[in-house]
Amino acid sequence: MLNRTIAPPIKDAKEFDLQLPLYKKQVLRNGIEVYTIDLGNEDALMITWIFDAGNSYEKKNGLAAAVSALLKNGTSSRTAYNINEHFEYYGAYLSRASHHETADITLHCLNKHVSQLLPVVAELISDSVFPEEELAIYKKNGQQRLQVNLKKSDFVAGRLIESYLYGFEHPYGKYSMLEDFQHLQREDLLSFFQQYYSHGACRMIVAGKLPATLPEELDRYFGGLPLHAPVPQDQSTLPKIIPAQQKKYDIVNDPDGVQGSIRIARNFPNRHHPDFQKVQVLNNVFGGFFGSRLMTNIREDKGYTYGIYSYLLNNRQESALLITTEAGKEVCRATIEEVYKEMQLLREEPIDEEELAMARNFTIGTILGDLDGPFQVASRWKNLILNGLDERYFYEGIRIVKTITPEELQELAQQYLDPAAFFELVVI
Amino acid sequence: MSSPEREGGQFMIKFDRFQLSNGLRVLVHEDHSTPMAVVNVLYDVGARDEDPKKTGFAHLFEHLMFGGSVNIEDFETPLQLAGGENNAYTTNDFTNYYIQLPAENIETAFYLESDRMLSLAFSEKSLEVQRKVVCEEFKEHYINKPYGDVWFKMRELAYKEHPYRWMTIGSKLSHIEEAELEDVRRFFFKYYRPVNAILVVAGKVTTDLVRQLAEKWFGEIPSGEKYIRNLPQEPRQQEVRKLEVTADVPLDALYKSYPMASRKEPGYYVADLITEVLGGGGSSRLHQALIKEKKLFSQIECYHTGSVDPGLLVIEGKLIKGVSLEAADKAVEVELQKMQSEKVSEKELTKVKNKTESAIVFEDMSVMNRANSLAIYELLGDADMMNTELGKYQAVTADDILAASRQLFDPINSNTLYYRSGQPKEGDPHVK
Repeated sequence: MLNRTIAPPIKDAKEFDLQLPLYKKQVLRNGIEVYTIDLGNEDALMITWIFDAGNSYEKKNGLAAAVSALLKNGTSSRTAYNINEHFEYYGAYLSRASHHETADITLHCLNKHVSQLLPVVAELISDSVFPEEELAIYKKNGQQRLQVNLKKSDFVAGRLIESYLYGFEHPYGKYSMLEDFQHLQREDLLSFFQQYYSHGACRMIVAGKLPATLPEELDRYFGGLPLHAPVPQDQSTLPKIIPAQQKKYDIVNDPDGVQGSIRIARNFPNRHHPDFQKVQVLNNVFGGFFGSRLMTNIREDKGYTYGIYSYLLNNRQESALLITTEAGKEVCRATIEEVYKEMQLLREEPIDEEELAMARNFTIGTILGDLDGPFQVASRWKNLILNGLDERYFYEGIRIVKTITPEELQELAQQYLDPAAFFELVVI
Repeated sequence: MSSPEREGGQFMIKFDRFQLSNGLRVLVHEDHSTPMAVVNVLYDVGARDEDPKKTGFAHLFEHLMFGGSVNIEDFETPLQLAGGENNAYTTNDFTNYYIQLPAENIETAFYLESDRMLSLAFSEKSLEVQRKVVCEEFKEHYINKPYGDVWFKMRELAYKEHPYRWMTIGSKLSHIEEAELEDVRRFFFKYYRPVNAILVVAGKVTTDLVRQLAEKWFGEIPSGEKYIRNLPQEPRQQEVRKLEVTADVPLDALYKSYPMASRKEPGYYVADLITEVLGGGGSSRLHQALIKEKKLFSQIECYHTGSVDPGLLVIEGKLIKGVSLEAADKAVEVELQKMQSEKVSEKELTKVKNKTESAIVFEDMSVMNRANSLAIYELLGDADMMNTELGKYQAVTADDILAASRQLFDPINSNTLYYRSGQPKEGDPHVK
């Protein structure tokens, strides 16, 4: 008779030998580095062009985002419609995204179509013209989208907490206002584009089951462009971080709101700090996954929320430890109390071995799953490369997950989970 | 061995299928290129099977499946110790649970899934907590968001008989608040039986191993009675339906829906391609004509609900401030009339087929998606449909699209909702 009360034996996380597949590096004629992950079974690929063109480089609020959004909206010889139709005809996805330091363009397509698509990407990078009419539509529609978002408590809370952490003058802390759209001029976009895209700092990441002709094609279409490899940033010129003086905020965004968006956050060093990967383990126990303390207590025991998480922000200059949840209006206070209680428990009592084993194994299992497939491996490498790290950081992280002790975690909790260091925000 | 493989230019997802003596259907998809395994259990019950007075129950029940089973108090701990992750979702049609974990630890997934199929613990505490959690989920997604209630209204407008007239989250908070443990027990023993379930195991596994583990863990669970679905079918719509609401939102919005073919009918593929022609990407017709050229909308989309019983093709958009809903609606109608009077060009047709091919390839790259799709196709009748889908899209002609558009976009097949920005009047129906 089967005994259903005893769990089957498992292979422990410590025994898993995680390997991060290495990239191959190709250098184009103009010095652009291409990081290549040649893996996978499907005849499909992804190429990302990463420019140093994030909002850190803009002189007007919202400019970097506007340039990124309008990259597909016209060149000297193609209209926005022609460009969209071209990519869509070949079943390809061309997405753009703008971040704090970088902005990227990403192409996903079937291998058989890539030769039709690369020359058009090269055209967008070297010859985008930002037609007035497209800009006018962008401004109007962007304002309308923002108006809708400003009605959402989670959106408002997300903007405010980052401005408290970094200061509104910092690229991490600023956010767009309705009137910012009005100030965007075509000349601003063109000159930003010329400086940071067509003559900008670029690197590329390529992943998939790659056609043998791809390196030659990349050099043909991108090696002759006036791009250059990024130069390491001078640390002394980084923008100043000025956190807000006031720590606690209660904001009424919608008097009829039935939930509060709660954000509790503190500044935290970047990935180069020796505690970063250790605190990731602490964070996992605290609020990093479904079995975490915050979720177990505040959702699974009290039912105050549909979900509560904590995480470390993926910022290059400085990170933050952030707790986020949406809770019923009448239980917001109680939720915040419980968050602080969980911090206190981690400071006062060592985590028991079973709970730590659970967090270790869950983390290792997740990484194993995350490394499954070329795009996932590429995304991990992208994060390492952009933070100026390499595979040693990955393996050090694994070592920490496998060996960190309850005592070390308790010390880290005492150092970092001090409520006095946290901003606290409720937006209803 | 790598998988999926191409055969004659067509993706082939290979799988084995067998059935346990208690009626549980088991599918195995081997992929030895991944270190992971996925265990996916689909139960043939969704929001459409609910009592109209107790809506939202299938979804609330899904939450309770994590609240402890007869021999295992805590579902999460053993799974996380085994390095696994899991989740679940409920649709109007079915409820699906999935676990991904390192393949070496696959037996832990069998241990957990089989015990909660054997019986839940039926804990009063779990029900009490999850009622609150689901109410917060309801508030987060449908009350505390601008336009959050629109689908409650649209479903009621488009469906008069079929249980698709309510949302999976439920039609009101009180239905969730009033759920009782006796309802939970009855629901479990009616629907959550091996005979109503499909188990798919995929990844670095062998069929032999899965057969052995399935017999060991699921083999002794009582079969249960096959649930024979007998739902009121929606009569064919024969009237123009319109509804207006006013709410405190920043912009006017337009929503239109059109009853379409069920997931199993050939018309489904035609309707799917029509949504691509109208709303798939920056070169689609609605985007180009109404956002770019006429500048009537700041945002417009076209999609469909893709449900097992006849679904809805939907057009929704937010208007540019100053544009009237009537004018915007008329401009949408102009585009729909073009669909009804002229064939799409060969180039446009090739475009939407190429897009569909890509979408299928990218979706099937993940072993988790493959496991999930196999379960859904098996529910629809045959998991092998996964391998014939692309062919069905490729067979669609411009004439098919024209004929389907004439039927779909006939005004007596339309449901139009004007969502006006303003102060709601007393007595306006509202989910709150």
